[in-house]
Amino acid sequence: MRRISYWVMSTFSALVILFSYHTSTNSMAAASPTPLTPADTGGSTGTAAPAATTNSTTTTTISGSYTGSQVNTRWGIVQVQITVVNGKITSAQAIEYPNDNFRDQQINAYALPILNSEVVTAQSANIDSISGATVTSNGYTSSLQSAIDQAHQ
Amino acid sequence: MSTASTAAGVTSLPVMRALRLEQPRRAFVAQLMGLPVSVHVRGPRATGPAVAALVQQLFLALAADEATFSTYRADSTVSAIRRGELRIEHAGTRVREVAGLCDEATRRTAGAFSAWLPGPDGSRLFEPTGLVKGWAVQQAFDALCERLVDLGPHDALINAGGDIAVACARTDTPDWRIAIEDPRDRTRTLRVESLRTGAVATSGTAARGAHILDPATGSPAHGLLAATVVGPSLLWADVYATAAFVHGTRAVGWLRDLPTYRADLVAPDGSITRVIQQA
Repeated sequence: MRRISYWVMSTFSALVILFSYHTSTNSMAAASPTPLTPADTGGSTGTAAPAATTNSTTTTTISGSYTGSQVNTRWGIVQVQITVVNGKITSAQAIEYPNDNFRDQQINAYALPILNSEVVTAQSANIDSISGATVTSNGYTSSLQSAIDQAHQ
Repeated sequence: MSTASTAAGVTSLPVMRALRLEQPRRAFVAQLMGLPVSVHVRGPRATGPAVAALVQQLFLALAADEATFSTYRADSTVSAIRRGELRIEHAGTRVREVAGLCDEATRRTAGAFSAWLPGPDGSRLFEPTGLVKGWAVQQAFDALCERLVDLGPHDALINAGGDIAVACARTDTPDWRIAIEDPRDRTRTLRVESLRTGAVATSGTAARGAHILDPATGSPAHGLLAATVVGPSLLWADVYATAAFVHGTRAVGWLRDLPTYRADLVAPDGSITRVIQQA
């Protein structure tokens, strides 16, 4: 549980740093990421406190939506929310970000979807299928798709 | 379990997600049209015999199309057309439908896709393979999804040699997560596309070398390492990915005008251009 929290925190920090980088054409932001706190139940974000889903096994997993603290960057306030299901980040989005001028909007329209997919990808062995240059039957057995298929057969 | 159902009734989506029960899932694989074809089904009866029978029907439908359209089999309809023994207008409805779609694909791609490729002697032969795969897979997949409805809500995914279609009849399942392969290092992925319904197709040279011909010149296309297109139909995502690969770096302007499709183009230096249709 504690390990996952650290891991979630470090991903969150990376996300804030990434964000600062994308919105900046200058040097790195002096943003120091602040610890992650679970969102209040019934809060304005409408998300839940970590709902620990306990299976009949002894594994405890962490699930829920987490909203990070607001971070002041040189370009404005950034706040990020992640959704965790069974210990894996399934989505990450900036719920507050600089939006004051056209340039900010332009950069963010491009950066935010990438940010989401990059964060999710970064911890992902959790893939259903691979799209790539056409795989032939001969090349199949050594492919990642073959491994995924076997896991579900 | 009672906690799960009460909570799902009154609370927000993240809680429902957290509490959802993972659905049974099964993968099926067959080698068809020279490609590995995997089908994944997710839902209450995914591991039962009824779903297995429906997936077998899908494989049989693809095998039937292969027998009609293969250019490698001398007894196929398309081989007879290529030898000049049969005219397209006298062929069966499925062959005529494909020929019509090939013409439409040539129009939609500004000539970057063509089913009439120059042979070794320079004469142009009917070669619809580049379109048939996406078309046949999408049709067989749609038929599978329709039949799955009778068994209750199920999600399904098909991957035919790297081109993928997905559908979700359930609302309590995660999106299908499709990784886009890195053409420079095929053990790595560039990013993940989350989809509930639609298609992802990639054209490139990473798996089979330079095999995509520019219909204008008859020589292999170069200029990009790979082109991935995401959109509602596998038929068109596949055609557009091939055409984007042929267009090379000039593909950006053309792709911008395609409604409901978006693309990632990977240049030889590894840089990625994402093309999203302007609203």
